Amino acid sequence: MTLEEKKQQVIEDFSLYDEWLDKYEYLIELGKALEPFPEEKKTEDRLIKGCQSRVWLDSDLRDGKLYFSADSDAIITKGIISLLIGVYSGRTPEEIAGDDFGFIAEIGLKDNLSPTRANGLVSMIETIKKVAENGR
Amino acid sequence: MEMSVSELRTQFPILSRTVYGKPLVYLDNAASAQRPVVVAELWKRLSLEENANIHRAVHHLAGLATDAYEGARDAVRAFLNASVREEIVFTSGATAALNLVAFSFGEAYIHEGDQIVVSVAEHHSNIVPWQMLCERKKAILKVLDIHPDGALAVEQLENLLTERTRIVAVSHISNVLGLVNPVKEIVRICHSRGIPVLVDGAQGIVHENVDVQSLNCDFYVFSGHKLYAATGTGALYGKRKWLDAMPPYMGGGEMIESVRFSGTTYAPLPEKFEAGTQNFNAQPTLVPAMELVNAMRADASVQKEQEAILDYVYSKLVEDERITLFGTHRSTKIPLFSFAVKGAHHEDLALILDKMGIALRSGQMCAEPLMDRLGVTGLLRASFAPYNTLEEAEYFIKCLNKAINMLV
Repeated sequence: MTLEEKKQQVIEDFSLYDEWLDKYEYLIELGKALEPFPEEKKTEDRLIKGCQSRVWLDSDLRDGKLYFSADSDAIITKGIISLLIGVYSGRTPEEIAGDDFGFIAEIGLKDNLSPTRANGLVSMIETIKKVAENGR
Repeated sequence: MEMSVSELRTQFPILSRTVYGKPLVYLDNAASAQRPVVVAELWKRLSLEENANIHRAVHHLAGLATDAYEGARDAVRAFLNASVREEIVFTSGATAALNLVAFSFGEAYIHEGDQIVVSVAEHHSNIVPWQMLCERKKAILKVLDIHPDGALAVEQLENLLTERTRIVAVSHISNVLGLVNPVKEIVRICHSRGIPVLVDGAQGIVHENVDVQSLNCDFYVFSGHKLYAATGTGALYGKRKWLDAMPPYMGGGEMIESVRFSGTTYAPLPEKFEAGTQNFNAQPTLVPAMELVNAMRADASVQKEQEAILDYVYSKLVEDERITLFGTHRSTKIPLFSFAVKGAHHEDLALILDKMGIALRSGQMCAEPLMDRLGVTGLLRASFAPYNTLEEAEYFIKCLNKAINMLV
């Protein structure tokens, strides 16, 4: 699936739910389904700054593609980061760095988060972008 | 004035609004209370009809504005039962008042090696100004602990005090634990050693009748916005003997008597501590706010509803094995509940409850040292006001259950 196709799929998945509580249920499911993140990787340098809950992000460059793994102690935040890495994992650094992350606005995620959590989302996006810039 | 809770609610228009299509249930009152119409109307009238800078000018409007502002000082004096109006200094809130005392009292009385005592359950605003003072003066900050039920370990206070202790600063009610501290007893213990006591009344004034002469505390600070007045209002009560001996905190504006390049003399109390243009459109809103507080306290049906909420929420949270309530000392409990839920992050719970129309606080509540002491990274807090209903409390418990089931 191309990056554009994947983003379109996320937008469609999200639009299945009218109620925000149902969208949260969906994010909680995504969070629970995220692959376990090794405890020893939960280090200060992998913490994303600017989130109220703790979020760790790790990346790995293999065969020219970036692979992300992540964890959070809050499950909805974990669902959000899971959604992000589901879209961007396995893409080239160029693809990620060149993306505008506009689909986040399209699913209305940022507008429906508390200000602190919206800031956390921005920090997650910035961190993923930075990893991609450095991987170029 | 006879009122019921439903009558009281009509005075707070925001309470009838919806969020995400659901009726708002506002349970973040400990962070900021809602504003009644009388407060907003007064601010509007003063701004649109009586606006002028206070004290100095001779024109008519300046007179009106000064009367409103100084009238509010008299009303605060009466509300706290201070003996004279000179002991009431207006500030932008409790934090500003605490910083004022930490600086000015510190300049006059704190020297290298001196000690200051706070409790582990203080808001950052009653910790950080003292830490800054300690850094400036090479003084030492000592900490009074709490019991497992959240009650202050007052019996340990005696051992904490030394001949170098210069001041003790404690909250009247912790913004996390929701327990009324025995401040009168603390004052008695400290005064027997000649040590003054500051009481952070940010939460206390909202729930308790405060009589500073009966408490005999040396300083009492509070914020207006938690007491239904406009934001940016509040006051410091200080015993005259201290305020007279303390140097000014900020310079400029009304706080001078005479200014020469050869030297400046300062205005008498309370202007000495009110530098710069004061918040004269807003401080007078304390008057209708305090009148409303008095009316709510005098009303049996409002008080009965508060008791019912306290009983109901306390028992529901304590009975639930998934929930750990902090601040369980029942006899001093007010309807302010901070708790953790096993297996569910406080932020997730707050986010889900928000979508159900419930506004409450999650996180560290500006009390990181207390969070460390309790061994948690954050908590969820529901804080009730007299305009909240038992029905809202029941809806909150129902929604909390639903949110926990979604997460765990």
